[in-house]
Amino acid sequence: MSIKGKAFIAGVYEHPERHLPDRTLPQIHADVALGALADAGLSTSDVDAYYSAGDAPGFGVLSMVDYLGLNCHYVNDTETGGSSYLVHAQHAAAAIAAGHIDVALITLAGKPRTGGDAPGGSGRAGGAPEAPFESQWGMSVPGGYALAAQRHMYEFGTTSEQLAEVKVAASTHAQHNPHAFLQDVVTVDEVLESPMISDPLHRLDCCVITDGGGAMVIVSESVANRLTRHAIPILGTGSFVKSSQSGRIDLSHTGAVRSGPLAFAEAGVTPNDIDYVSVYDSFTITVLITLEDLGFCERGTGGQFVASGALRAPHGELPFNTDGGGLCNNHPANRGGMTKVIEAVRQLRNEAHTEVQVPDCELAVAHGTGGSLATRSASSTMVLGRSL
Amino acid sequence: MKLPAKAAQPNSENLPFFEGAEKGDLVLPRCDDCDFVIWFPREICPECGSQKVSWFKASGKGSIYSSTVTRRIPGGWSKVTPFVLAYVELDEGPRVMTNIVECDPEHVSIGDRVEAVFEEATNRDGESGPPLLRFRVTES
Repeated sequence: MSIKGKAFIAGVYEHPERHLPDRTLPQIHADVALGALADAGLSTSDVDAYYSAGDAPGFGVLSMVDYLGLNCHYVNDTETGGSSYLVHAQHAAAAIAAGHIDVALITLAGKPRTGGDAPGGSGRAGGAPEAPFESQWGMSVPGGYALAAQRHMYEFGTTSEQLAEVKVAASTHAQHNPHAFLQDVVTVDEVLESPMISDPLHRLDCCVITDGGGAMVIVSESVANRLTRHAIPILGTGSFVKSSQSGRIDLSHTGAVRSGPLAFAEAGVTPNDIDYVSVYDSFTITVLITLEDLGFCERGTGGQFVASGALRAPHGELPFNTDGGGLCNNHPANRGGMTKVIEAVRQLRNEAHTEVQVPDCELAVAHGTGGSLATRSASSTMVLGRSL
Repeated sequence: MKLPAKAAQPNSENLPFFEGAEKGDLVLPRCDDCDFVIWFPREICPECGSQKVSWFKASGKGSIYSSTVTRRIPGGWSKVTPFVLAYVELDEGPRVMTNIVECDPEHVSIGDRVEAVFEEATNRDGESGPPLLRFRVTES
């Protein structure tokens, strides 16, 4: 059984704020939940399934179902870091295809700027078996991704200038987003002149840290058919947990080498068919490696691919992250998966900013990466269509 | 400058590794069923699923698989920047996360040959605990 064409993204909402000192974490979850439901034309009483990850407070789904006043017979709190929300969408689509549920609500919220959790955490208790062997070395989140970047440079000759182009393209998109945390267009030189964090990643190779959140509502075909809002069909999904590979970790690729082909196969399309991609951008290197892994360019050629201007909307070969992405716009709760889906939905609804709207956008990919490329990570890929 | 050295808290599953460290030895688990050298230390083989493992003394030698000089970082580590975070590929196979020490951070490269050094570590109460496995360059 496939989920293709069985489940639809009927509503999405990105919190417009990036600094929320006066909203509690549950309030932000509620803000985005109500926003996405309103976008769909639904209310909390329609929801029969709820999904959240480690960013949900207290008892997770139990606390939030109670707080929001939902009646759910299906809940899921899969935690895979920033890709959690794509994994949730995949699971919701499967549950809808199986006839178990009709309206799934997925929320993300966080306050890393105003007292919430710092980047890199899971929201889970301690005692990880790997911790005594990984937590002693001063590995910051950028430091871990820097290890992957250094290896990619060593193996393939990727350069800092090529990585910088990912940020430059994101910034040219973010200038049109009035909600973006960073709205100034930057140059390659400005990226290279920004302070070095962990070689070769400069400050401007890193994503922003923002308060806020987002939500999506996924519905069955029967619900989609009675809504007036343009619902976006989910055509294919795939996820893969890339482990530390029994202690032989290969830092030059991600789990997208497995999640991507699964999603493309289910959708019955190839990377060449894709008009727009939302690709996870915790760091510039994350984008470059993931584009290779998803098959948008050959392995080892991500540097040349991005340097060609391919990522720039609306007329590049493969416009990406037209909201400015995590590098410029928003990385709420240090988790970028939700906003990746939201901007893909905007593109397919023809509702992205006119300066970055991809003409005739029929097929889009949203891709999330959670955990750390330096250790273990979860990749999740979703192919979405304008119509079935 | 000496890097922060927070002692790990061994448990019953990984204790032989830390007992080895106390003696200055790199002790690793190997699967009794498929001979795979396991990292990180645990009593299950991630290759074949066997819970039968034996511990052996490894060479302590390897080469740098990847490394980065961290220059900005929050917290206590900010006092010791720049420092080198690395993956060392041991001659026995595993790639282990670590620091490269006793070096000029600007001259550490992928492929450099390294050897294990065990550095004194203390726990939260200032008591000494199992030493930390770090590496120094022997040949660049």
